[in-house]
Amino acid sequence: MCLGIPGQIIGIADEARLMAMAEVSGVRRAVNVACVASGPLTDLVGRWVLIHVGFAMSVIDAEEAERTLQALRDLGQVQEAMDAMAESENALAAAR
Amino acid sequence: MKFASEFRDPALAKGLLSAIAGQVDKIGASMDQPILIMEICGGHTHSIFRYGLDKLIHPAVSFVHGPGCPVCVLPMARVDEAVALAERPEVIFCTFGDALRVPGHRKSLMQARAAGADVRIVYSPLDALELARCAPTREVVFFGLGFETTTPSTALSVQQAAREGLTNFSIFCNHITVPEPIKVLLDDTDMRLDGFIGPGHVSMVIGVHPYDFIARDYAKPIVVAGFEPTDLLQAALMVLTQIAEGRAEVENQYSRVVPEHGNPVSLAAMADVYERRPSFEWRGLGEIDASGLRLRDRYRAFDAEEKFAVGYGAGAKPRVVPEAEGCACGAVMTGRIKPTACPQFGKGCTPDMPLGALMVSSEGACAAYWHYGGARPVPAG
Ligand code: SF4
Repeated sequence: MCLGIPGQIIGIADEARLMAMAEVSGVRRAVNVACVASGPLTDLVGRWVLIHVGFAMSVIDAEEAERTLQALRDLGQVQEAMDAMAESENALAAAR
Repeated sequence: MKFASEFRDPALAKGLLSAIAGQVDKIGASMDQPILIMEICGGHTHSIFRYGLDKLIHPAVSFVHGPGCPVCVLPMARVDEAVALAERPEVIFCTFGDALRVPGHRKSLMQARAAGADVRIVYSPLDALELARCAPTREVVFFGLGFETTTPSTALSVQQAAREGLTNFSIFCNHITVPEPIKVLLDDTDMRLDGFIGPGHVSMVIGVHPYDFIARDYAKPIVVAGFEPTDLLQAALMVLTQIAEGRAEVENQYSRVVPEHGNPVSLAAMADVYERRPSFEWRGLGEIDASGLRLRDRYRAFDAEEKFAVGYGAGAKPRVVPEAEGCACGAVMTGRIKPTACPQFGKGCTPDMPLGALMVSSEGACAAYWHYGGARPVPAG
């Protein structure tokens, strides 16, 4: 929960709510970019960010993203984040 | 140690280890008089064990595991309150997976779920918010957990809920702050600590200056570090170099992610939504002044403690908080003993049958020892 996971911003999800689409280890999910948006959201497309519980907290470069992903994979944290995202999707799907 | 395959840059790691040995010699530390470096963050604890850094580093340097696992420091009373909230028929209780199996007096959230409570694992408070939008007739309560890394996410979610005028969303807030418990440990005359490795992702939010008191008032070095093994070795080297040179400063090994003054948007959201509680209870450390956060008056409608009169909320019953018998969670949490010194480790307490959160959280020290320790007792038979 405390370690962020790198993801790449691939599009805008909901401009008004400051939500962008990110790809995290092959999985797409909407993330809040309030903490890293300093201009139009489209400026973020293509950038790598460190995502904590659905919030992009820091813009990082591609090399840092790759190294961090490797370290998190070693720690089993990538799988944990992926599982949590999938569980969350299920909880939402049941409610919708 | 499969050095070459484990380290992306084995040459760098070897270089750091020999530089560390050089500084240890300069300081004149020995195995009888080791240098004690506390890594505050549970993520760091796991990295240290995953890569065997505790065994690779000079034997006169010892890592002491700090109270930086937010689920582990929750007193049992808070787990009980979470269970009580989850058991209300109108409530959908949303939690991070880490907290699901943490034992309470009566039961864990997982046991409550098995008995029919609507407990759902979510990845993000945003998903709890979405649940509240989808289920307007239910009360969605989010288990707000974590240090300064996750606090901004709940603050921003509460702001969003307020903007939308949602009335069925609230936070059971257990957000806590890193500097205050460190001060308690430094004030404890029984504790000997020579330096600190500071949490990377917490510092990304708050910057490095909240640790100034450690260097200024207690003359101890602290180095904020990343999570890769070479980050941690580099940070240990920086701490040792400061000690060898008679310095005590706040240094930033992780400047590629941690800005000196933190993240302004996060800090602003936290300041808008939260205020400090007069005090908050920590497992193993007791009540610590100003160490926990609660929602400000203007966001009171989103505070589950007020809404349902639990915990520190108005009208809540006073709480009794004895911990599980025979467990040493408090002593492990504060770095006084290693997990393997707990009489329950591997006997009454395993990841499948945990007595304490330290054994179940992915950031807990006991879980780290269990998974990577090699110190695990061989099961009989
Ligand atoms: S082994 Fe179990 S009971 Fe002992 S300190 Fe760790 S979590 Fe607590």
